[in-house]
Amino acid sequence: MLGYAFRRVLSALPIALIAVTVAFFILRLAPGGPFDGERALPPDVLANLRAHYNLDQPIWMQYFIYVKGVVTGDLGPSMVVEDFTVSQLIAIGLPFTLMLGLTAFVSATAIGMLAGVVAAVNQNKWPDYALVLVVMLGVVIPNFLMGGLLQLVFGVYLKWLPAGGWVNGSLPHLVLPVTVLAWPHAARISRLMRGSMIEVLGTNFIRTAKSKGIGERLMLTRHALKPALIPVVSYLGPGLSYLLTGSLVVENIFGLPGIGKYFVTAALNRDYGLVLGTTIFYVALILVLNLLVDLVYAWLDPRVRFH
Amino acid sequence: MAGLTKKDAVLTAYAEKLETLDAPQGRSLSQDAFRRLSANRAAMVSIFVLGFIILAALIGPFFVPWDGGTVDWGSIRKPPDFSKGHYFGTDQNGRDLLARLLQGTQMSLMVAGVATLVSVFIGVIYGAVSGYFGGRVDAMMMRFVDIMYALPYILFVIILVVIFGRSPVLLFVGIGALEWLTMARIVRGQTLSLKEKEFVEAARAGGAKPWTIITRHIVPNLTGPVVIYATLTVPEIIITESFLSYLGLGVQEPLTSLGTLISNGTPVAEVMPWLLVFPAIVLVSMLMCLTYIGDGLRDALDPKDH
Repeated sequence: MLGYAFRRVLSALPIALIAVTVAFFILRLAPGGPFDGERALPPDVLANLRAHYNLDQPIWMQYFIYVKGVVTGDLGPSMVVEDFTVSQLIAIGLPFTLMLGLTAFVSATAIGMLAGVVAAVNQNKWPDYALVLVVMLGVVIPNFLMGGLLQLVFGVYLKWLPAGGWVNGSLPHLVLPVTVLAWPHAARISRLMRGSMIEVLGTNFIRTAKSKGIGERLMLTRHALKPALIPVVSYLGPGLSYLLTGSLVVENIFGLPGIGKYFVTAALNRDYGLVLGTTIFYVALILVLNLLVDLVYAWLDPRVRFH
Repeated sequence: MAGLTKKDAVLTAYAEKLETLDAPQGRSLSQDAFRRLSANRAAMVSIFVLGFIILAALIGPFFVPWDGGTVDWGSIRKPPDFSKGHYFGTDQNGRDLLARLLQGTQMSLMVAGVATLVSVFIGVIYGAVSGYFGGRVDAMMMRFVDIMYALPYILFVIILVVIFGRSPVLLFVGIGALEWLTMARIVRGQTLSLKEKEFVEAARAGGAKPWTIITRHIVPNLTGPVVIYATLTVPEIIITESFLSYLGLGVQEPLTSLGTLISNGTPVAEVMPWLLVFPAIVLVSMLMCLTYIGDGLRDALDPKDH
């Protein structure tokens, strides 16, 4: 298991490096430089500035400096937000995005699995049909529309929950954003869970367990759950990636202070440094969380460790 | 008829009867698939609804009393009003919502169509080449796909859009160029089994070049899975496009798309609900239809699942 974990970490590193490389070269391809102001700078000042930001070095040298910066956590200055470095801005936004994303991820996974099992056990009865409807809504209503609708219904008409904004530590402010993020994720998980559970419940070892006379609850938790989880867990990785990119929209709809908000604002302001910094962070986040998912997968299905 | 035994007589009668009957009809795979699809009520209804939306988006603008760019100074921010011909109301600039909606649907459909074609083109060629050559080529090409999978591609689309400007063409190609990954995987898997078939061996023995074998013998046999997956790609692309437009990074004024309309309608939905409701209904019904059609096609073309 430890060896497998080590190999997985090693194979994630080149992906991170590729993301950094792509990000760096797109940055250099971008037309216009950070010092192209309305007024041309005196040549001496410009030369000093360029030297300060290493822009006078050859491109491969700049690349190494950038990679070294990324490794040591220095993502360069923001080109639009004054007096802040990209790392500082990310340090402000990241905890929030992580909290939002993980809350949604954990609750969606738990609810989705539970709903899937309930639907599988009650196949073709009303809980199953109810689930199909909820799943369909989650899949066909895009998150930006779902966000707007929930805001309107619960925030504006019913006034049950705040329609947006963020007060530190306030739970009601989290309910709608987490719902919007979690719904499609929970929908997909429950669909997978239902399918694989139905399959597992039809296998011989479950029939054996039933004929031994153990109760239904014990049969589900001790025998059926673990093999039925395998396809679900293999979806968690890509699902996580969807969920985190979904936080881009959710943070913007509800005006929440995460890195998704910075990313979109920076993209609209053409703040290349911040755009690339947040991108690298999203990639890193997704890689790390994918790694965790893979380890859970290897624990559930020992066969994958030997590939 | 002397000399005929009773058995002969029975056989002769049977042979004559067979001659007058029609030959037994064979059913081709596609006929089977079509029959299964037409038995699927949800899919059939979806095809009609989607067909209606597409038709409305294409020829509707010729029948609507207003066009999307004209400002009706007499009715700005007005709810639906049949006497003036604003069947879906007007927006903050006095433009007819129905006309804008048709224009936006057209744009969303166009992005989806072009981007799907791009993704099918790249995915099929990439997957077929990777599967056909196998070995180290395959390992490297699929490793690249794995890497691309791990990256949050939407961020890269946004970066491209930000840096190279917000032209619709870039949007088409950019989204399509990033949605081909699953297609490539599916095609590769199919190719791996197809290339072991006798007809491929025959083609190779006949001296056909790898490129000819891929394009003439393997790709035509991939039609089923490619069609299924392409149908399922379309809603994803529509969502991606609306997502970008929602963030203000997609289609720019005066052009519009469903995402742009929803994004403009959401903040004012409390006072002018029609600006959100109509585009939302169109978008959601389109996505729902496409999902049902995709599922229906999969059930129809891939009976192994049953």
